[in-house]
Amino acid sequence: MASNKKYWKSEAELNPNDSIVETLKQNEFTEQIPVDEFLGDKETLSESSTNRRDFLKYVGFSTAAASLAACEGPVHKSLPYVVQPENIVPGVANYYATAIADGFDFASVLVKTREGRPIKIENNDRAKVNGGANARVNASVLGLYDSTRIQGPTANGEAISWEDLDNRVKGGLTAAKNSGKQIALLTQTYASPSTHKLIEEFTAAYGNVNHVVYDAISEDAALNAFEAAYGERALADYHFDKAELIVSFAADFLADWQGGGYDSAYSKAKVPHHGKMSRHIHLESNMSLTGANADRRVPMKPSELKVALAKLYGKLNGSNVAGGSSDIDAVVAQIAKEVKKAGSKAVVVCGLNDENAQTVVLAINKLLQSEAFDTESPKYIRRGSTAKVNKLIADMKAGRVGAVLIDGVNPVYSLPNASDFVEGLGKVGLSVSCSFNNDETAQAVGSIAAASHFLESWGDLEMKKGHFALMQPAIRELFDTRQFQSCLLTWMGSDKTYYEYIKENWTTSILNGASWNKTLQDGVFSMPIVSNSEQTAATTASVSDEEAEEVSSAVPIASAIRTLANTTSGDMELLLYSKVGMGDGKQANNPWLQEFPDPITRVSWDNYITISKADAEGKFENYNVANGGLDGSYANVTVDGTTLENVPVIIQPGQAKGTIGLSFGYGKSAGMKEEMQTGVNAFQLYKNFNNVQSVSISKAEGIHEFACIQLHNTLMGRGDIIKETTLEIFNTKDHHEWNPMPEVSLNHQETPVTSPEVDLWQEFDRSIGHHFNLSIDLNACTGCGACVIACHAENNVPVVGKQEIRRSRDMHWLRIDRYYSSEDTFEGDNEKKDNLDGLWGDNGSLGGFGEMENPSANPQVAFQPVMCQHCNHAPCETVCPVAATAHSRQGQNHMAYNRCVGTRYCANNCPYKVRRFNWFLYNNNDEFDYYMNNDLGKMVINPDVNVRSRGVMEKCSMCIQMTQKTILDAKRDGRQVKDGEFQTACSSACSSGAMVFGDINDKESKIAELKEDDRMYHLLEHVGTKPNVFYHVKVRNTNEA
Amino acid sequence: MKQVLNRIQFSSFFSLSLLLVLQLISFSTYSQEDATTEVAPAEEAADLGGDPVEGKKIFNVNCASCHALDRKMTGPALRNVEARLAEDEGLDKTWLSAWIRNSAGVIASGDAYANKIYNEYNQTAMTAFPTLSDIDIDNILAYTAAPAPAPKTAVVATGNGGGESGNGGVSNEIILGALALVFGLLVIMLFLVNNTLRKIAEANGVQVVKDAAEKRTPIWKAFAQNQFLIFCTVIVFLLGSAYFAYSWMSQIGIDQGYAPVQPIHYSHRIHAGVNKIECQYCHSSARVSKHSGIPALNVCMNCHKSIYEYKGPVDGPSADDLAAGYTNEFYTKEIKKLYKAVGWDEESQQYTGESQPVEWVRIHNLPDFAYFNHSQHVTVGKIECQTCHGPVEEMEVMYQYSPLTMGWCINCHRETEVQVADNAYYEKIHEELSKKYGVEKLTAAQMGGLECGKCHY
Repeated sequence: MASNKKYWKSEAELNPNDSIVETLKQNEFTEQIPVDEFLGDKETLSESSTNRRDFLKYVGFSTAAASLAACEGPVHKSLPYVVQPENIVPGVANYYATAIADGFDFASVLVKTREGRPIKIENNDRAKVNGGANARVNASVLGLYDSTRIQGPTANGEAISWEDLDNRVKGGLTAAKNSGKQIALLTQTYASPSTHKLIEEFTAAYGNVNHVVYDAISEDAALNAFEAAYGERALADYHFDKAELIVSFAADFLADWQGGGYDSAYSKAKVPHHGKMSRHIHLESNMSLTGANADRRVPMKPSELKVALAKLYGKLNGSNVAGGSSDIDAVVAQIAKEVKKAGSKAVVVCGLNDENAQTVVLAINKLLQSEAFDTESPKYIRRGSTAKVNKLIADMKAGRVGAVLIDGVNPVYSLPNASDFVEGLGKVGLSVSCSFNNDETAQAVGSIAAASHFLESWGDLEMKKGHFALMQPAIRELFDTRQFQSCLLTWMGSDKTYYEYIKENWTTSILNGASWNKTLQDGVFSMPIVSNSEQTAATTASVSDEEAEEVSSAVPIASAIRTLANTTSGDMELLLYSKVGMGDGKQANNPWLQEFPDPITRVSWDNYITISKADAEGKFENYNVANGGLDGSYANVTVDGTTLENVPVIIQPGQAKGTIGLSFGYGKSAGMKEEMQTGVNAFQLYKNFNNVQSVSISKAEGIHEFACIQLHNTLMGRGDIIKETTLEIFNTKDHHEWNPMPEVSLNHQETPVTSPEVDLWQEFDRSIGHHFNLSIDLNACTGCGACVIACHAENNVPVVGKQEIRRSRDMHWLRIDRYYSSEDTFEGDNEKKDNLDGLWGDNGSLGGFGEMENPSANPQVAFQPVMCQHCNHAPCETVCPVAATAHSRQGQNHMAYNRCVGTRYCANNCPYKVRRFNWFLYNNNDEFDYYMNNDLGKMVINPDVNVRSRGVMEKCSMCIQMTQKTILDAKRDGRQVKDGEFQTACSSACSSGAMVFGDINDKESKIAELKEDDRMYHLLEHVGTKPNVFYHVKVRNTNEA
Repeated sequence: MKQVLNRIQFSSFFSLSLLLVLQLISFSTYSQEDATTEVAPAEEAADLGGDPVEGKKIFNVNCASCHALDRKMTGPALRNVEARLAEDEGLDKTWLSAWIRNSAGVIASGDAYANKIYNEYNQTAMTAFPTLSDIDIDNILAYTAAPAPAPKTAVVATGNGGGESGNGGVSNEIILGALALVFGLLVIMLFLVNNTLRKIAEANGVQVVKDAAEKRTPIWKAFAQNQFLIFCTVIVFLLGSAYFAYSWMSQIGIDQGYAPVQPIHYSHRIHAGVNKIECQYCHSSARVSKHSGIPALNVCMNCHKSIYEYKGPVDGPSADDLAAGYTNEFYTKEIKKLYKAVGWDEESQQYTGESQPVEWVRIHNLPDFAYFNHSQHVTVGKIECQTCHGPVEEMEVMYQYSPLTMGWCINCHRETEVQVADNAYYEKIHEELSKKYGVEKLTAAQMGGLECGKCHY
């Protein structure tokens, strides 16, 4: 059939530029239907022979015909495999161990696949380092099915084949080599031994290669300080579970500080055990996730933080450091006292991107001989060097660079001096970007090597010295893409695949005889302890190094202290930070993350300026409008001549006076869906890669509409929602005092609400079979939100978009409530509430409650995950007119979607407000153009859970599909269910151990033990709903040494 | 669905029209089948020095998975192999014995023909049979030397539709028709008799006294005037029609008996019935998964690599099969469809790599909001596949046997006892629950099998 003959129907077709031909080719009907002409003309309309009755007849007939035709069921086709892969059984999920390393997030994870499609990310509990997936890692599986991905290599905007691209690149590289110009690799941090080896070989092959590692959010100062002190470009590791006192100078280590991954160790020490728990003092300017979890939080300007740090070193060292205000002195004196008492059980961390500060922190920890401080086995997950990046840009502009290969970074978006970079790119002969989306950098370079997702790639990692991880593809490339390492191999002229390369590298230099297949199955590998002689040699070497360093660094420490102590504070200081949901913005096109509400502000789909109430006074305002939506003012922010206009403002309780905050990761527009183009680009203010900037701020016109899902008000002392106490009371008093059971009056006798006599309901016998309970420890919960995204992925929870969120129609089955207190402590709130007297007056409830609504300048914060409480006496069940929601014997409150008629009575009657109504059809609907509207995005849907339709109520099912599966597996194997086997999506995603799920009828189980704990309480116990979700009273360690 | 309806109409039409003709012809087809039974090769092969009957047994056990007599399979066709080798290649029985006992050895010795054959058949090594005695080999060779049976004359019974099952229906209708006729005749006779009597009476001058009926209002008029009765009748009528309308509407969406035409005519009767293949040999995922799974084509090829044609029952296809067009050729053609789909080249006995997945029409369609898990029922509940799927081993065309309604599920859960024996999972819960309910054996419903969320989530 192949023929080169060209056929045509008219001469016009021979002209390639004929627009009519093009129109005819594309449109079956070239003209639009003339609706306006037809309906616009009143005369023809009135003269029409079809009168109203005829019209009704036609409508009636066609309706009847359509409904008759609908009686015939559709024909479904079923296509089995031609050759079924050995490991795939349709309907049974497979799990593979792999790892993510996108330059910002590094973690060992498990991938759940169904019929070959990755559908969920889970924690790899065999990993000793970064085995917990945060919210972004959980959401990364959706990125695989991003419909805006680049689907094949392109050059100058035209799609080309890989062969063409390879020839182009090889030609360009050879030309650069011959001309003696530099070949630059501008990449993310890899932390990958094989990639590093590969780049070395690439360098050997092409000569003048300059590998520049670039972290969008820089940890340069910490890296430089560590390198100066310990001779290796790495980051010190911290074991927060071994610390009794943590002092943090704006280090947001529960979020993304130095790569994150510290929350599980932190939470472990945060749960009171034998009367002991760690104490956490946090000094910072923005209200961060970590600060919100601290036992004591001190708001301070970044410049003051530096002074305080210097003074702390002075106090510990016995030397006197001048400068700063007396307020700082008082705070530091208190902290120093506590640190001294804790000794080696204390640890100090710092999140300021300032080399002096980082040097001092290393010195303090060394001075303390902190047990939590680990420099033997440092972390490699940040490697970027801003000096080298700046040098590269200068070289590019000077025309000294012949070729630049970019991978994993988006410098045109994330560089503060992006225009310089673009200018430099123009002078580079060959510019190639391995891009995932058609982002800013992809649009600026000559050729795009379409990059694979990490779930389609091979790779290896050494996140921490001696701790390795493997990355394996869970699916074949969906599109014509290739990972950067394979590109490098091809461009070097090697015919090896990257898989072969890794395997060879591992068997020769890492595994040391251990099994490759076993390692691949586990996903992680820890290097056995090096042999004795080597170790001693190594330690002596390092000791001598250290001695040498100390001699040389004695001066730098002193000068560092001096510089820090002399820091002058600006008028208004800006601290740039990364949000838990968005990070550095790599996944900005991910609707799960856009809709993920920030743990602190509870705002989704936006970034904004956070400002203290005092600074906002009279200038900026936040208020709620009638439909519950939050509105706020706009501001213009200027840093060093660069102005960001119309940035929305949020008044943030706890924000230090004289400071503002702004998060990275937003304001992207290139290659993104319109709905996802939210916020402003804070990287433009990231001058000199410093996260602290002196800033001026002015009011701009207009009002911004936020999509905020929780009001900014406080808990107002309603103690049975969040219960909390202090460690002292917890240790000394009876639990009836700090965790009282609510009582009601029965025949003038106070009776506990759990007593059957005051119950409206007959109790069912639930002692037989399984009885599921979920335990949530408010002490261990950091509010990180991994569970929210895990729930999204497991239960096909739809994304509704900014406008719908604003209308309070969010669909999250699991929300994490954030509560402030109006006094400095929650107890203060309670006291104030109890002392209210009368309506008016100083202690009047009218004014008093009004005051209590407003959080204080430095409020205490508590997080509380709330999902359906699965009440044994559920109020929703009694009001359902169609019995669509009913209780099971296993403790789960069932929701039969096909039975629901959408009266929403249940949602009205639910005291916990956890039911969600489908206002629209969120799938296959162009109005909700997120992942459920295209075939690619729908591949992430969990086939075991319904996709709900419009008009149906839905809610947390306690992952009944997972508990049922566990039961079935046990039945099939003919055994009892083991403790720990029962999981929900949230409990298995919780790496901090705050959520524990299980069967309380199994008396040996952990959940049964937790239920008997003194700290256990139910949410709104006095309502008498008897929930199957219980919480553990939050205990704060307020013991000042 | 359509197919079934058509077939019913088709058969009833034919059965009415061709009743007598059919009876005669079906007798004649039976006699033909008897004549075409395979001729046993025993007598003709007596002079070859081996026992072909014994040889056939040994051949079927050891050789048949790779060799056929008249057809290339994994290995070459073996009809008259001894004679052919002697004539074409000058190789004698000694060479053959050596080859059979240790082909690899012969190849290694550099024997030209051995290597040629080895390479011709994709270097597939033949299993060595060192245990076969000389007599065994003689027997096998005797079997291979037997002359090919004359090709069977195909009996294509075009136009001879209907079958014995049809006959039953036909005769019933005839009897009914005859009865109706008899009754009709009786009515006419009574009418005539009445008339005649009346005439006789008139002739005899007897005045037939007409009833006083004329004076009374006729019964229908009285009825029409009684509003209460009308009211009651209307109520009854409305209730009745509502009942029928409801029962008609409640069958909408229930596809019991749904038997769509499939792209490959796969006969469960032949596979599960005649050849007694276990259901879960092909539908293996039913043991572990929620899906029973339509087997992948590679599962079909486990057997159909060597079963390349349909030979049918020894005495040929039955009259019913022939009537429906299910001849041996028909089935063989369906096997070829499988080869095409899986990309199997019969000539070279190799996969071409050009496969085309089969688009089966799904018969059992549960709505998306109902969760059903096969392994729970098959492995844990130890329920026979036939309980829900009906007599699959008798189904020439697969159809939906059960209504698959929620009422049907629930009913079974109420009645079915849980298989607790030798299952440690049930030990504790069974003991406690049976004490609570005071029963010996628990039903699925008592275990919580009626709760909404067990199937809807």
